[in-house]
Amino acid sequence: MAEAHPVGFQWVMEAKRRGAKVFHVDPRFTRTSAVADTYLPIRAGTDIALLGGVVRYILDNELDFREYVLAYTNAATIVSEQFADTEDGDGLFSGYDPHTDSYVQTSWQYAGHEQDSGSGHTAKERDGAAGLQHESHGAQVSGQTARDETLQHPRCVYQILRRHFARYTPEMVERVCGIPREKFLELARAWAENSGRERTGALVYSVGWTQHSVGVQYIRTGAIIQLLLGNMGRPGGGILALRGHASIQGSTDIPTLFNLLPGYLPMPHHADHPTFDDWVDSIRHPGQKGFWGNARAYAASLLKAYWGDAATPENDFCYDHLPRMTGDHGTYQQVLNMIDGKIKGYFLLGQNPAVGSAHGRAQRLGMANLDWLVVRDLFMIESATFWKNGPEVATGEIVPQECRTEVFFLPAASHVEKEGTFTQTQRLLQWREKAVEPPGDARSELWFFYHLGRRLREKLAGSAHRRDRALLDLAWDYPTHGPLAEPSAEAVLREINGYDVSTGRPLASFAEAKDDGSTAVGCWIYSGVYADGVNQAARRRSRHEQDWVAAEWGWAWPANRRTLYNRASADPQGRPWSERKKYVWWDPQAGEWTGYDVPDFERTKPPTYRPPQGASGPAALAGDDPFVMQGDGKGWLYAPSGVLDGPLPTHYEPAESPMRNPLYGQQANPTRKVYAHPVNSVNPSPPQEHSAVFPYVFTVSRLTEHHTAGAMSRTVSPLAELQPEMFVEVSPELAAEAGLTHLGWAHLISGRAVIEAKVLVTDRLTPLRVDGRVIHQLWLPYHFGYEGLVTGDSANDLFGITLDPNVLIQESKVGTCDILPGRRPTGPPLRDLVDDYRRRAGIVPGERPPTVTTRVRRPAGRSGDGPREKGADHA
Amino acid sequence: MPDGNSLYGPLDPAPDAGWTSAGPRMGFFTDTSVCIGCKACEVACKEWNAVPESGFDLLGMSYDNTGALTANSWRHVAFVEQPVPAGHRSAPFAGTPPDGPSGVGPQFLGMPGAQPPGRGTGAAERTDFRWLMMSDVCKHCTHAACLDVCPTGSLFRTEFGTVVVQEDICNGCGYCISACPYGVIDQRKGDGRAWKCTLCYDRLGAGMTPACAQACPTESIQYGPLDELRDRAAQRVTALHDRGVPEARLYGHDPTDGVGGDGAFFLLLDEPEVYGLPPDPVVTTRDLPRMWRRAGLAALVMTAAAVAAFVGGSS
Repeated sequence: MAEAHPVGFQWVMEAKRRGAKVFHVDPRFTRTSAVADTYLPIRAGTDIALLGGVVRYILDNELDFREYVLAYTNAATIVSEQFADTEDGDGLFSGYDPHTDSYVQTSWQYAGHEQDSGSGHTAKERDGAAGLQHESHGAQVSGQTARDETLQHPRCVYQILRRHFARYTPEMVERVCGIPREKFLELARAWAENSGRERTGALVYSVGWTQHSVGVQYIRTGAIIQLLLGNMGRPGGGILALRGHASIQGSTDIPTLFNLLPGYLPMPHHADHPTFDDWVDSIRHPGQKGFWGNARAYAASLLKAYWGDAATPENDFCYDHLPRMTGDHGTYQQVLNMIDGKIKGYFLLGQNPAVGSAHGRAQRLGMANLDWLVVRDLFMIESATFWKNGPEVATGEIVPQECRTEVFFLPAASHVEKEGTFTQTQRLLQWREKAVEPPGDARSELWFFYHLGRRLREKLAGSAHRRDRALLDLAWDYPTHGPLAEPSAEAVLREINGYDVSTGRPLASFAEAKDDGSTAVGCWIYSGVYADGVNQAARRRSRHEQDWVAAEWGWAWPANRRTLYNRASADPQGRPWSERKKYVWWDPQAGEWTGYDVPDFERTKPPTYRPPQGASGPAALAGDDPFVMQGDGKGWLYAPSGVLDGPLPTHYEPAESPMRNPLYGQQANPTRKVYAHPVNSVNPSPPQEHSAVFPYVFTVSRLTEHHTAGAMSRTVSPLAELQPEMFVEVSPELAAEAGLTHLGWAHLISGRAVIEAKVLVTDRLTPLRVDGRVIHQLWLPYHFGYEGLVTGDSANDLFGITLDPNVLIQESKVGTCDILPGRRPTGPPLRDLVDDYRRRAGIVPGERPPTVTTRVRRPAGRSGDGPREKGADHA
Repeated sequence: MPDGNSLYGPLDPAPDAGWTSAGPRMGFFTDTSVCIGCKACEVACKEWNAVPESGFDLLGMSYDNTGALTANSWRHVAFVEQPVPAGHRSAPFAGTPPDGPSGVGPQFLGMPGAQPPGRGTGAAERTDFRWLMMSDVCKHCTHAACLDVCPTGSLFRTEFGTVVVQEDICNGCGYCISACPYGVIDQRKGDGRAWKCTLCYDRLGAGMTPACAQACPTESIQYGPLDELRDRAAQRVTALHDRGVPEARLYGHDPTDGVGGDGAFFLLLDEPEVYGLPPDPVVTTRDLPRMWRRAGLAALVMTAAAVAAFVGGSS
């Protein structure tokens, strides 16, 4: 965190001054480790084993916050008798369909709820990265669930959890992660001791956690621990994702993603959602519990914001104008489609995939096979010059004179040259003013898209083609100002907030959104940011002039709530768990919820409320169901649906690993997304042969001195000079083994690429003793490329493309490679070297590695149209 | 000729330099125990003061690619990778105080050397480890030798008690460079003039905090009246000692040291040499009056001898 988020890290140092204990888990000793109380080196890609060990430690020693767990989580809920755990399946859950490498989730459901939504086949959900929808809400559950308040029922979640994590012992943690068991126990003890009535603990991770083939399950394991310890919905608790850029939270809320619309409304699918009603019902699930009952109003208001006067209830608010998904349109599928000539044009905004994305060669080959490419950036980046300066030019794979892609480079305004909001990890929107005019032709994104749309509409004016209606019907009338005709960012924020169509009055909250076309709302969860016609995100009241929650600094979605699920900060009867951790509580005199924050609960629903039979929507949630966006109002220790690769996290080895999974026969995530494309390949892992061809584990991350793909730092001399060259960090032991010398050259080889780097030999990397053998890990920064003041080979070139099934994020934090002293070959011999390694490793490009590697027969369980049972040893 | 006190011993430098209405002496307290090595200080300094780049060289000195304080680097973050005997540390800096000046066992001082860090220790003998970081800067000495020797008056003592080079007056003679006991002030190549930290004299005049301290995310660099900073630093040392960090110590805080105390002083977690700081700096002009007296005496004696020779010769 000190390494990648030094500004945020000031609060960790502040906490340390006050006596907080800081643990740092990382494959290498970083600037964070330097000031942490305890540093735990870990083998990259084994975090579920570590966290699973903590879960077991808590359950084994009964250190969970029992009253909280019983009332607020689904610990007592009884699961279907069809469910079979990884304990029985050697690493596979029940319902696995080997034809699609995905699960049918029916058997994972709560008892009696086997036909609940999300229980169908999940292969299509994987292609649509459906897991992302759950950023704002959980999956649905209909009706009441069977519970055992004594937690003794063998199929209650608590007992399932105990059995599932029983094998994650301190010895196993040491064996899998390479963390000495005393160090592990120190961590587990401190975490548990710092939780309960009087104390809370926070879990902070950075996005490197997500870039694994099991990334979503990493965070799920953290969530299980935080729920068991009562650290959710309470001050000082929670799970905080430090995002990689200033407004990444903002760009998922109002998404730059193929599968979502603003406010986590799913992008419609052409086959599943032919009509507006089909689409809306798939979101709100009529008859189900929780707060999604009003989805129709959010959806109608969004379309009303898009298409204005043209959107009417009679034409389903121009639903037919909305593009449809036909399958996987994720960034990696797109790149493969470019290589295959299926995509003609591409806009690249604030992104540098030639350096920043996994498998850089595939990225560059894809971009070199377009008709046109528009790059908007602050600097001339690698993704704009790949056709003349990329490494494939040296190898002859791209010939500048013949490269068909016409690249348009348009200079962009930086964040200080335009106004708007940033949304950070706490969902806090903060308005920023423009400090200076952008230089030369540089323009804001807002300017670019507004005027692009305006010009396209002018060109199409009078068109009779139906295909042009979506563009021509758009409400595209933002006020502009200044000599450049810059659109008003405040006007956009007002539209995002939503307004009454007839009066123009900004809505005060999303509760005012209507499904009859009388309101237009650009992003329902942001509704309230422009309440009373005031830009609430621009509020800057000093923390010294308000209480510690600081509700008048900026604005947080939803409804300016600073801590989600804060009903959980009070006990089931509505009283604070302790005076010290008082936050939101029930005031019996006033008959309402009150406290320091905006209560995340119906304001006047008493703790004693119990839903009547047959209730649905919010009315079906009881007065002690704090997780109001979950179908059953409970925090999910066990996820019966919504997570595609298992109801419980399970340690699988990374897609590329030098060792066999010590926990199960199943080696890697059986549902991971693999693209069988000739440009893609995966280095062999056990039980495959030849994994020793790539004997070392490598991981990549950031240096404080650079920013992501380097466009904003390698181009600026005060930053570039601080880390002026590409390097690889190795332990003294690995240096001795591989014949590497400090400050000498080395080259690294994977099944995709060869890159070179200077060698830094340092004690900050340490060989780990794992499962009876020594594993060497090496580390690389991923900031370097071939443009800018300082240049170097790109670490991301080493990775192949393997994705997490839930959100289609690439596994780009761990892979295997070989390392040799000296510089890499140049020109065609470079590809020869890669080919030679592939030959030795038995890699056939485009061939998928074996998915199922279990050693026992899989358990029975419905698996859709696939065979129910089958000898599973595909390896 | 200045009296002896101006060149040695405790002193409030601004009034001594002739400022009649100077405010309190201002300075830096750099607490290395909370430094995270982000180098924001280096960048902020360069940006504010328009300091040119200092070269794109990978030095292999841990994460230090700046190398030293130079004419083109007025803040310098040192990184010291330091093996600490295994079992002697669990908390970050806690444990048995190191034996001897700089701990036990092999030590990498952040300097390029024949041996890469850690070489010679196998996995079995691997020691525990710590990584020290420290943002170094001009010390703005109470008795600043650079200022004492400057023949043009380019270097001067400000009303804040700091020492600043006026680049339009400096003639590049370089006397100040050999005079500095810390090796801070430096000549810029192709320019010839001497450059160093001004403690952001222009910002101070406008009531602002120096750029480095403003940018520091963890308050490792603190700016303020020197008296307050010294109190705060003493408390911090006590707190660290109480928390089991006996090696915490101050450097440059003592008005009775060889430079009369520094305007920029430090909290260190090891001996100053480990960070590349001189253990006992002495203002190089300390002995100047005595040297002049001796030189005068010698001249007198020689004159007398010459006179005597002539007188004697004529007799």
